Amino acid sequence: MSLLEVKGLSVTYGNASVVDDVSFTVSRGESVGLVGESGSGKSQTALAVLGLLSPQARLSGSIRFEGQELLGASEGALNAIRARRIGIVFQDPMQALNPYLRIGRQLREILARHKLAESADIDARIIAMLKRVGLPDAERQLRVFPHELSGGMRQRVMLASALIAEPDLLIADEPTTALDVTVQAQILELLEDIRDETALLLITHDLGIVAGHCERMLVLQSGRVVDEGATTSVFSSPGHEHTRTLLAAAPRIDKANIPLPATGASILGVEAASVSYNAFGRERLQAVRDVSLSLRSGETVAIVGESGSGKTSFVRALLGLIPFDTGRAVYAGAPLHGPVEQRALSQRRDLQLVFQDPLSALNPQMRVQAIVEESLLVHEPQLRAGERDERVIETLEQVGLSDAYLQRYPHELSGGQAQRVAIARALVLEPKVLICDEAVAALDGSVRERVLARLRKIQEQTGLSMLFISHDLAVVRSISHRVLVMYMGRLVELADNASLFLRPRHPYTRALIDAVPTPDPIAPSIKAPLQGEVPSLLHPPSGCVFHPRCAYAAELCAASMPSARDIEGARVACHRADEIDLRRVRPG
Amino acid sequence: MSLLQNKSIRVSGGILLVTAAAALVGPWISPNDYLTTNFDLSMSPPGTTAAHWFGTDELGRDLFVRTMLGMRVTLLVAIVASLVSLVIGVAYGAVAGFVGGRVDAVMMRFVDTLYALPFIFFVILLMVVFERNFLLIFVAIGAVNWLDMARIVRGQTLSLREREFVQAARLTGVSTARIIFRHIAPNLMGIVIVYVTLTIPQAILVESFLSFLGLGVQEPQTSLGALVDAGVKQMEGASWALLIPAGLLATILLCFNFLGDGLRDHFDARHVA
Repeated sequence: MSLLEVKGLSVTYGNASVVDDVSFTVSRGESVGLVGESGSGKSQTALAVLGLLSPQARLSGSIRFEGQELLGASEGALNAIRARRIGIVFQDPMQALNPYLRIGRQLREILARHKLAESADIDARIIAMLKRVGLPDAERQLRVFPHELSGGMRQRVMLASALIAEPDLLIADEPTTALDVTVQAQILELLEDIRDETALLLITHDLGIVAGHCERMLVLQSGRVVDEGATTSVFSSPGHEHTRTLLAAAPRIDKANIPLPATGASILGVEAASVSYNAFGRERLQAVRDVSLSLRSGETVAIVGESGSGKTSFVRALLGLIPFDTGRAVYAGAPLHGPVEQRALSQRRDLQLVFQDPLSALNPQMRVQAIVEESLLVHEPQLRAGERDERVIETLEQVGLSDAYLQRYPHELSGGQAQRVAIARALVLEPKVLICDEAVAALDGSVRERVLARLRKIQEQTGLSMLFISHDLAVVRSISHRVLVMYMGRLVELADNASLFLRPRHPYTRALIDAVPTPDPIAPSIKAPLQGEVPSLLHPPSGCVFHPRCAYAAELCAASMPSARDIEGARVACHRADEIDLRRVRPG
Repeated sequence: MSLLQNKSIRVSGGILLVTAAAALVGPWISPNDYLTTNFDLSMSPPGTTAAHWFGTDELGRDLFVRTMLGMRVTLLVAIVASLVSLVIGVAYGAVAGFVGGRVDAVMMRFVDTLYALPFIFFVILLMVVFERNFLLIFVAIGAVNWLDMARIVRGQTLSLREREFVQAARLTGVSTARIIFRHIAPNLMGIVIVYVTLTIPQAILVESFLSFLGLGVQEPQTSLGALVDAGVKQMEGASWALLIPAGLLATILLCFNFLGDGLRDHFDARHVA
């Protein structure tokens, strides 16, 4: 008998059907992936299993856990199963943990509720569990509040709370989506470790994760199961059009059509830029330190690094939203300095920014037309209304939107459409440099591919230069000419796309590349390349800031900070870049 | 128009329009006026005399006309006081929030100081200094309500200023005036309108409360609060003198609250999609 058996499950809200006739099973010790884009009903399915849907939801079908029907079961019966028999991990651990309770208290609650341990043993058991999920200094963590932990550590606590009652089934709903790739790799490794103890239902949009961690998978589209089977066979011979679309849209870091190096003249240069913020008290938080970069016309330079690496601070300073401490920036021969309000209009026109979240970047009270034409009113006031409309429509067409969207409000657009409107707003002035700050991170795979293709095409046609901030190396691989890797505000490596991915010179670059899951079930799964997390910027480690996490660290690395130097066309800040060969070796 | 798709806006707005219209034209269509006393018909219940639709009070004055007039005063006080708080509060809060820094700190500390004044004490003080005056009610209520409005608008402006669409406008060089006008103000509208519809019942309550205490509208002028006060005194002999104005007061308050709720839903729906 299967552990979990879902049969003909349907969930509707009013007239809207979000889950439609979904059936699947999870057996003991098995790991099943539920894959789909946003709105495909995958999370709703998971919540339905635990009876956690809102009261407005109408459910039908059957959900059996070890033969016991959960659909329509009483709260009491469900409570006996939740946490005790089925654990759940959500996407955002900050939302899922109670901010007012210490970690120890939240875990104790579960054990006490299910009477799983004598009161004397409770703490010992919790500490053992926290150690198991890799929380350092577990005894001390009992007294810590969730906000004192980093995102990765919080997700470990979440995992501990899901596992502490030794459930038979763990449901993980996008457990690593909010995390950096390196931390994601650590959490996935943990999930792999506990596979002997519990079955896993893994919900994700990332085919790479399913490929590495699930034996069977289901593909959902608009609430329906369109494809299912063993992971290897779904990947090798997808049975449905939608699966093929998803697979085609999943970027591959190992097989990509990479752009040829750009050959234009340098248009934007930054030299030895540093940015810092006031932190608590008198301390200064050094967000960017000594980063230099030049951008050629028609070139895309990607900036990658874990959160806190200073990518966003760097471009915000470049745009004049925050000041540089030291260093200088030059655009087309003229210095870029001062806050944005004091810069020449022509400079402001030529440098445009696209934000991560289109819905907060578009004024909810303005129609698409007004949003796109606003900067035209500033920069080309001589245009007549008709000419302006034409420009707006042209630009919208450039990003693949018809004039049918002109009168829409942002909330009437899908995420992908809204992001294209945001890009159109940036492009309508025909800028020379487009800065994309995680511009495709919030989009579904297939939509992301379309937006990226548009950007590439626009670049071909107009010779636009781009600074492309992203945490997703697979995307970076497919769009950038050169890549700048940052760690704790410092330049780690700057190299051509091909040489950076095929022959990384810095151990951190290697680790970032290795942390990306490959959407291929046959590819060997690798261990998390980096342990631990990014240290506090307020108290950076001595010498090379990366040395505490580096597998190649030598004595010298703890003693002195390496300066960036050129090695065969790449710029690398590592003492040992000459000695070590990172082409195929994988540490640890 | 999409505003009317919301049931609570439609129903409560409709009732409010009807009551406001009645308050305006009611006194004209009635054959009586609010001053004339008729001791022969003192305290006659509604329906006993054809001319007095709501009956009469202990002085034999027509209660229908007095109630309509009272409603006029109540609605007028509420709307004027809310408008006063709207104008001062929005201007003050938006400036503090958008300019920020030291200006913001000084302006908001001033608001905090005014908050600390006990309201009733403040009203009695005004009465003593300026003697009883109809205008004072507007001043007193407005003086208190704009503080809340200023705080709300300031907070909203602060967070709007940091929103990415405002940054995008700054980056391309949209002028500050245009940013306030096109990006900040329209996004404040929702919360301000909602808050105004919720301060109106508050102002009505405060006016009724003051009149009930004898600090508000003076005889022979009246308001719903004053009528309720008078009605309470004759509750045993003439229950209608209490029930009618009290019922109207409750209806108006409920309608404004529902209207505010409806408007909030309406504007929320446009933000979150």
